[in-house]
Amino acid sequence: MSTLRTEEMTLNMGPQHPSTHGVLRFVVRADGEVMREAIPDVGYLHRSIEKIAEKVGYHGFMPYTDRVDYVCAMFTNQGWGSACERLGNIEVPKRGEYCRVIAAEFNRLASHLLSIGTMGMDIGAMTPFTHAIREREMINDLIEELCGARLTFNYMRIGGVAWDLPPGWREKSNAYLDHLEPILDEFNNLLSYNKIYVERLANIGIITAKEAIDYNLVGPNLRGCGVKWDIRKDIPYSVYPDFDFDVPVGNGHWGTLGDSMDRYMVRVFEMKESVKILRQALAKIPSGPVLAKVPRNFKPPAGECQIRVESARGDMGWYVVSDGTGYPWRVHVRTGSFAAMGIIQKLSQGLMIADLVTLIASLDVIAPEIDR
Amino acid sequence: MEPLQILERVKNQFGDRILEVADRKLDPFAVIDPKAIVEIGRFMKNDPELQMDCLSNESGVDYKDHIEVVYHFFSYQRRHTAVLKVKLPRDNPSVETLENVWKSANWMEREIFDLLGVNFEGHSDMRRILMPEDWQGYPLRKDFVEPLEYHGISTVRESPIIRLDTKKK
Amino acid sequence: MQTLIENLVNAGTFGKNASVVAAIVIFVLSAVVFLGVAFPFAGIVSWVERRVWARIQSRVGPNRVGPNGFLQWLADGVKHVCKEDIIPDDSDPTLFKTAPYLVVLAFVLPWAVMPFSSSLILADLNVGILYMTSVTALTVVGVLMAGWASNDKWSLIGGIRSAAQIVSYEIPAGLSIFPVVLMTGTLSMQGIIRAQGWAPQHWFLFANPFTFIAANILYISALAEGNRTPFDLPEAESELVAGFATEYSGMRYLFFFMAEWGNLFIIGAIITTLFLGGWQCPHITKNVVLMNVLQLIVFNVKVLALVFLSMWIRATLPRVRIDQLMLLCWKYFVPISFVDMIGTAVWVAIWPDGNAFMGYIMLAGAIVVAVLFIQRVIFYLRRSRMEMYFNPTI
Repeated sequence: MSTLRTEEMTLNMGPQHPSTHGVLRFVVRADGEVMREAIPDVGYLHRSIEKIAEKVGYHGFMPYTDRVDYVCAMFTNQGWGSACERLGNIEVPKRGEYCRVIAAEFNRLASHLLSIGTMGMDIGAMTPFTHAIREREMINDLIEELCGARLTFNYMRIGGVAWDLPPGWREKSNAYLDHLEPILDEFNNLLSYNKIYVERLANIGIITAKEAIDYNLVGPNLRGCGVKWDIRKDIPYSVYPDFDFDVPVGNGHWGTLGDSMDRYMVRVFEMKESVKILRQALAKIPSGPVLAKVPRNFKPPAGECQIRVESARGDMGWYVVSDGTGYPWRVHVRTGSFAAMGIIQKLSQGLMIADLVTLIASLDVIAPEIDR
Repeated sequence: MEPLQILERVKNQFGDRILEVADRKLDPFAVIDPKAIVEIGRFMKNDPELQMDCLSNESGVDYKDHIEVVYHFFSYQRRHTAVLKVKLPRDNPSVETLENVWKSANWMEREIFDLLGVNFEGHSDMRRILMPEDWQGYPLRKDFVEPLEYHGISTVRESPIIRLDTKKK
Repeated sequence: MQTLIENLVNAGTFGKNASVVAAIVIFVLSAVVFLGVAFPFAGIVSWVERRVWARIQSRVGPNRVGPNGFLQWLADGVKHVCKEDIIPDDSDPTLFKTAPYLVVLAFVLPWAVMPFSSSLILADLNVGILYMTSVTALTVVGVLMAGWASNDKWSLIGGIRSAAQIVSYEIPAGLSIFPVVLMTGTLSMQGIIRAQGWAPQHWFLFANPFTFIAANILYISALAEGNRTPFDLPEAESELVAGFATEYSGMRYLFFFMAEWGNLFIIGAIITTLFLGGWQCPHITKNVVLMNVLQLIVFNVKVLALVFLSMWIRATLPRVRIDQLMLLCWKYFVPISFVDMIGTAVWVAIWPDGNAFMGYIMLAGAIVVAVLFIQRVIFYLRRSRMEMYFNPTI
C-alpha cells in the first residue's frame, strides 16, 4: 500500500452549492473522499449593515436588524432594542417584555425547526424537512397575525413592541403548542432516533468544552459540548427570571460528548423548553401598555454598552457606541455563526466530504449572520 | 467580580501600562498601552482570580482622530466580564494579535483588518474576510467614500422616483 | 412469446422466408415492449413517485398537467427534449455523449427476459436470471464514464462512488440468488417461477429461513445497485450537487433518471420472480388468454407493491456514508450471503422437496410482523390529516 501514490485535489464547494445554507464557500482539499482541510471563505452576503446603522438613526435601524439574521429576526430586534434602552436608560413596560419573550420564543421554535429540518435534508432525508417546514409555517402564521410579517418581523421597537397581542391570539397560540408537542416526539421517532441518522452524526466533529470556549462558540453549539450556559438563565435579561425552564446540554449519549449529534439533540430539547416558556408566558402575561414613551428623535447620551441576548444561534452581542447625536457612532454585532465558522477549518481535518455537510448543518451556520 | 474590581486588579498588576480607567460608564473599561495587550491578555487568562477564558468580542471603532480596538472578555468560570481598549493612530494602525491567547481572535481580527484597516502583528492569516480580496479602502472608517464602480459594475443606483419623472417627459 | 413464434414458423404461417419474418416480428414486438412499456413505465413511475413522496411529506405533489397531474411525466419529457444539450468544453465529448445510452441500455436489456405471465415473455433464456444480473451491471460502465468524461471533480467523485458501490453490491446480490437456484436447479426465469406456488407459503420467501434472509439482502443490494436511497451516494444532492449527472442537461440528463426509475420495476421483478412466486395465480379458468391476463395482473401487483416500498423507503430514510455503505456490504452482507448459501444447501440435502411445515410457520411470523407494522402506521396516521393522505384526487 505504501507505494500507492495518491494526489490531493482541490474542490470548490459553493457559493452555489445545495447544502451550504445560503452563500458560503469552502475550498476543500481532499484526498479522494477524505478531506485534508476545508477552508471557509465568507463574505458573499455582506451587506454592510454595521455601516448602514451609522447612517439611519436609532429607530430607523430596527428594520435592518431583521436582516442580520433573517431566520431568527426577533432576537436581533430584541438585541438592538435592549442595547438602545440601556444606552438611553429606558424602562420597558412589563407587558412589552412579555410580548418580546413570547415572540422571541416562537421565533426560536421556528428557527430550530428549520435547523433540524435542513439537518435531515443534508443527510438525504427529505420528509423531516417538509414536516418541519409545515410546523414552521404555522408559527409564521401566528407571528404574521402578531406583526404582519413572516420573516423579517420588525416587531419590536426601542422601548417595547409595536403592537399588542391581537384578540384571541393567546388561545390560538396555546392550541398550537398543544399540537406541536406530540409532533416533536413524532419528529424524533422519524429522524433523531433513526439508526442511519445517528451513525452519520455521532462521533463526527467533536468539540471539547475548552475548545468551544476558546473559539467563542455560543448557544446550542456550546451547550452541545456539555457547558451548561444559557444567557437566559445565567445573565438573566428581560422577564426570563419569571419562568421555570431547564437548559439542555449535550451528554454524549449517542457517541462522544460534543459531537454533531449532541449539538443536534440540544436543539431538539431546547424546543421543548421553549414550549414550556411559552405556556408560562402566555398564562402569566400582565395587562398594561406595551411600549414605553420614547422620543421620536431618540438621542441617547454619549456612551457605549454591550448587550447579550440568547438568540437561536446563541449569545448575540450588540456593542453600540453613542456620541449623543441621533445616529449611532458605531454598531457591532457579534454573532454565533461567525464564531462557528471559525472552527470549521480545524474540525474538518480528516473528515469525509459527506461529513462536512453535516458539520455545517450541526453548527447551524446561517450565512447572513456571518457576513452581516 | 464586578468589572471595576477586575480593572483594579489589572491596574495593580501592570501599573502605568493601564493608561486610563473609565468608571462612570455603563460598561466600565480601561484603556491600555497597545504594546502590553498580549501580556495583559495572558495575565487575565491565567490569573486564578480572573480566569478570562473567553474573548467574547473584539471590535474596532474609528473616532476620526484615532482608532480604538475594543476587547470584551468574559469568564465562564467566574461569570464576570471586562472591557479593555487600545488607542491606535489612524495612519497604519497596528497592534499585536491575541490569536495565540484566544483562538476566537483569529476571525474577529481579520474582520477588523478588513473593515477598519488595523494590522495585527503576528496574525497567522491576515487577509480580507468579508470584502473582496482586491477591495480598496476600509469601509467602516468614517472618511470612507464608496467607489462609483467595482470591476465595471456600478455601485450607484438611480432613484426610481427620478426615473418615473423622465418617463413622463 | 418465443414458443408462440416458433409454433407459427413451424406451422408455415410466414411462408418461405420464415426465419427473416420471424426475426422482424420479434424485433417489432421487442420494440413495442421497450417503447410501449419500459419507457412509459419509467415516466409514470416518476409521476407516481412524486405523488407518493408528496403524500408522505404532507404535500400535494404535481397535479396540474392532465387529470391529477397524470401527464406530468410527458410534460417533463417534452421539456427535457426541448432543452439545450450542453456539452462542456473540457469534457471528453465522445464518452460524454455515449454514457447515457449505456445506462439506458442497462435498463432496457433486462426487459427481454421479464416474465410477465406464463407465455408473455420475450425470450425465456435458460440463463435468464444470470443474464438479468449481468446486463444490469452495465450501468456501472455508463455511470463511471459519465463521471470521468464530465471533467468535473464532483462528477468524478460521484462516478467513483457509484463504481465502488455497484461492483461491491453485485456480490451479495449474486450470492443471494444462489439459494433459489440451488432449490430449483435452473436459471431460467420461468423455471424458477414454475417451481413456486401461488399461495404465500409456497413462495421461496417462506421456503426456509435462509431464503428469507437472502430475499432481504437481495432487495437491499438491489436498492444499492439502483442508486436508491438510502444508498443514493453517487448523486447525493446535498454533497455532490448531482453527482455523475452534474454536467448533463436536457435529454441526456433525462436518460439517467429514466433508467433510475425504470430500474425500480426491474428490482421488483427480480425479487418477485425469485421469491414472491412471480405470476403464479390460482387456476380458476381454463381459458389461456384470460389466465395470462390474470397472471399479468398478479405479477404487476407484486412488482408495483415492491416499487411502492422502495418509494416509501426513499421518503423515510437518510443517506449512509460511503464507508458505512462498504462496511455494510463487506462485513455483513457478503458473509451472511455465504452462510445462506451453505445453509440452503444443507436444507435441500435434508428436505429435497422442501418443508411445508416451515412455510406455514414463517408465513404466520410474517403476518404477525406485518400486523404490528400496520398498527404502528395507523397510530401515526391518526394524528395526520387523513384526507390529505388517502385522497388521490387532490
